Amino acid sequence: MATSVAVVQFPGTNCEMDVVEAVESLGASAHVVFHDSTTLGGADAVVIAGGFAHGDYLRPGAIARFSPVMSAVEDHARRGGPVVGICNGFQVLTESHLLPGALQKNAGLKFRCGFTQLRVESTDSPLTSGCAPGDVLRIPINHFEGNYTCSEEVLAELREQDRIVLRYVDNPNGSVDDIAGICNESRNVVGLMPHPERAAHALLGSTDGRVMLESLIGTAARSRTAAAASS
Amino acid sequence: MANTSVEPTHRALGLTDDEYEEIRERLGRDPNHLELAMYSVMWSEHCSYKSSRIHLKRFPSTAPQVLVGPGEGAGVLDVGDGIAVAIRIESHNHPSAIEPYQGAATGVGGILRDIFSMGARPIAVMDPLRFGPLEDPRSRWIAEGVVSGISGYGNSVGVPTVGGETVFDPTYSGNPLVNVLCLGVMPTERLVLGRAEGVGNLAVLLGSSTGRDGIGGVSVLASAGFSDSEADAEKRPSVQVGDPFEEKRLIEACLELLSEELAVGVQDLGGAGITCATSETAAKGGAGMDVYVDAIPTREPAMEPFEVMTSESQERMLAIVEPSNLDAVLAIARRWEVNASVVGVVTDTGQLRVLDGPGPQLGDTDSGAAGGATGNATVLADVPAVSLENEAPLYDRERREPEDLEHRRAQSPDDIECADPAADLLSMLADTSWVWSQYDHMLFLNTVTPPGADASVLRLKHPDTGVDTGRGLALTTDGNHLWCAVDPRAGAAATLVESFMNLAVLGARPIAMVNCLNFGNPEHPEVMWQLSESVDGFGEALEAFEVPCVGGNVSLYNESLGTDIDPTPVAGVLGVVDRLERPAPGPQLETDAELLLVGSPATGGDALSGSTWAATHGGRGLGQFPVVDLPAARRCAEAVRSAVLGEVAPQGSVVGAHDVASGGLAVALAEMAVTSGIGVRVGEVGGHHELFSETPGRAVLCVGSEHVGALEAHFAAADVPVRRIGRAGGDRLVLGDLVDLSLQAVVESHRGALPDALAGGTTQG
Repeated sequence: MATSVAVVQFPGTNCEMDVVEAVESLGASAHVVFHDSTTLGGADAVVIAGGFAHGDYLRPGAIARFSPVMSAVEDHARRGGPVVGICNGFQVLTESHLLPGALQKNAGLKFRCGFTQLRVESTDSPLTSGCAPGDVLRIPINHFEGNYTCSEEVLAELREQDRIVLRYVDNPNGSVDDIAGICNESRNVVGLMPHPERAAHALLGSTDGRVMLESLIGTAARSRTAAAASS
Repeated sequence: MANTSVEPTHRALGLTDDEYEEIRERLGRDPNHLELAMYSVMWSEHCSYKSSRIHLKRFPSTAPQVLVGPGEGAGVLDVGDGIAVAIRIESHNHPSAIEPYQGAATGVGGILRDIFSMGARPIAVMDPLRFGPLEDPRSRWIAEGVVSGISGYGNSVGVPTVGGETVFDPTYSGNPLVNVLCLGVMPTERLVLGRAEGVGNLAVLLGSSTGRDGIGGVSVLASAGFSDSEADAEKRPSVQVGDPFEEKRLIEACLELLSEELAVGVQDLGGAGITCATSETAAKGGAGMDVYVDAIPTREPAMEPFEVMTSESQERMLAIVEPSNLDAVLAIARRWEVNASVVGVVTDTGQLRVLDGPGPQLGDTDSGAAGGATGNATVLADVPAVSLENEAPLYDRERREPEDLEHRRAQSPDDIECADPAADLLSMLADTSWVWSQYDHMLFLNTVTPPGADASVLRLKHPDTGVDTGRGLALTTDGNHLWCAVDPRAGAAATLVESFMNLAVLGARPIAMVNCLNFGNPEHPEVMWQLSESVDGFGEALEAFEVPCVGGNVSLYNESLGTDIDPTPVAGVLGVVDRLERPAPGPQLETDAELLLVGSPATGGDALSGSTWAATHGGRGLGQFPVVDLPAARRCAEAVRSAVLGEVAPQGSVVGAHDVASGGLAVALAEMAVTSGIGVRVGEVGGHHELFSETPGRAVLCVGSEHVGALEAHFAAADVPVRRIGRAGGDRLVLGDLVDLSLQAVVESHRGALPDALAGGTTQG
């Protein structure tokens, strides 16, 4: 059976089918899980897709963290399963305290959509295990609230523990320390503002997102094998 | 004591005395206030097209690929592989002038509903925008607000904005133009039309509750010009407020109930609100409808029936549902957290009745409701549905050439001296990415050629299976008020030629056109002449290229302080790329490659008439517009398309292609240089006319030297003039002995134009 990826959809999420398309184009299976579900359908990995969960009302991700599906996501994360939050998904993960820090409005106070260059800072994450340190990837961003911020202590911790996974080469939104993506302490939960699924087809201007999604699928397959071996 | 005459109600509602008489005749009695309010919105210019309809009939609208032509919510085309495409264009000019953010936002919301009410998933939006000059702080305020509104609503609702236009010109100072086009895809068999069929079927209102916003938006706001800012500020409550999250859930709920075949028809609530949705579905279905006004959820207590019936509250849809499917429909609505209420019943009376009292008795549909009995309800209004929907009086308004036309045509802008062509060129360059980088233009993984190019190209995937067809859709929107101010007929034809050439340089062939006719006050005979001429100009180009018109929108009363805008017919053209193996090159250059100019130069008229250059040098509106040879333009477009697709020499032999339009050859070459970061050297230039003439139907191709011969032969065989004009390379833009600029200067002018101007701050008027 192919490695399976659950793609979480809240009302207002809009990138769920894009993630499904990109993941399936790489040979894994993917299915959408609606926010009212309490299970992930036996998936090996979870992606919280981008968009505007619950309209981004109150704050991006602030309402989504209370959706029933988030308990299942938390359980999956606690068991060490790979979890990736893309864009709005990253915001949901910080609001859920699965990742530290917060995402505030872009410096310049404008929505920004376009390609950015990302530098791979850590390859010890489900999303970058197939990259080499220092690799520069061309991946689009699409957000108004992508300006990552955190306390001095958290930033020191992120640096010390090699948890800054991706940095912008040319910071588009004012993120502290050029942060584009981070992971949790156990390294199985990753959040990033850029959209790897938008850079997975040759006609769309870049295929650099493939290596990220392939890393995720590979990690998911390994975690499944490990789980099967231990049970 | 002074005689304070009270204005009759019908006039306050925007109806003329003659129209009031017509209504009395239809009813055989005096209409009551509610009925009058319903007629006033349905018979408004915005809803009834009463001044333009007789002209719109002249558009050619049939072709084998047309599944639905003009007159429905959207035009629908069969694009093969079991896929149908729905397309529509609308204007939201007046709301955007009053309240730029919400005006533009609700414009996006409205056009999306037109598309998904047909059963199609909206996959792309285009925004042709026209504002007053950047030097004017109020115009900057409007531009910022409109772009933020499109960004805020469009991104959140989850439909990418893949292109459009951004034009700044004094003609739009008091009255900006905010047009919006939407494209949707569906499996061919899912096509649904807004019809209320089946006596006893239920009308289910989905989405937002109904408030006091937007009452009379179509009659008070959209169907009158602007005077002074104080009076206009009072119209602000006529602008609606959008909620993209509500709309997103509404899209998902409606598409789900259509794909499950749970609705007979679905109709959006736009201008004229529930009056329009109920009377249109009933009239088109040859039926009647009883509407229970108390069953309509309202936002505030004590709303009058006329307010409920004419409110333009956003994010509402009306579904016609068989009673046996009601539970399933309500379940889908619940899942998407969308409110759903049964508000009416389809009858066989042909009458639209508004009732006050207990709502329809569900599960008892063959007793009272179907036959039109009212039970305990009081009848508040009772009018023939067709009389609201399509019996508004049609006007063949007086048309007259402008008095100064002959005088203006006699003066040639070609006689104006050009002191500094290099500076003129720099002033015409503007990178529009400030606008479109604020739009999500990549969602759905379709965008192969992003905004900023001649046209936007999207992958064509089956909407249900996701299977990639290996083909593409291309979209362009174009309008040119300067051309049309000189000659609305030739200008409109030239506008479409530009559209077709925009598609050709990206390898696409046109299959359908929609249009948004933005004009001034139709009570001015010159405006009606402009409109009529433009319709004929569009029509001639459509005939010549054998492209059908599948829909349109007319926006009149675009005037402020008594001055009409320049005529601005905007075309939206859909094309198909038959083989989408890699992105078309776009306006690229390659060092040492040759530059070919293809297409006919101006053969008659004044080369610079209608040009941007003339407009900025005292020649605005002057001269005879260059003659557009439509058959020659079609030959050129088709030859360019096959060259770009690699049907002549190997694919990749054409390394760049760009159409010659606004700003002429000089701007086309400068844009290619900026895009590729490579200089241009053109040997001989006959004069500034040659640089800045905007004669349409031409393109610049950049071709590897070894393939030039093959391409020249190809164009010659197609009877298309082709000329080697220069070579790409170096770091300067050299155009004969008229222009010699460093590439860096060109890049900086281009990149800085919009951000620099908008950094100057804005002011609310």
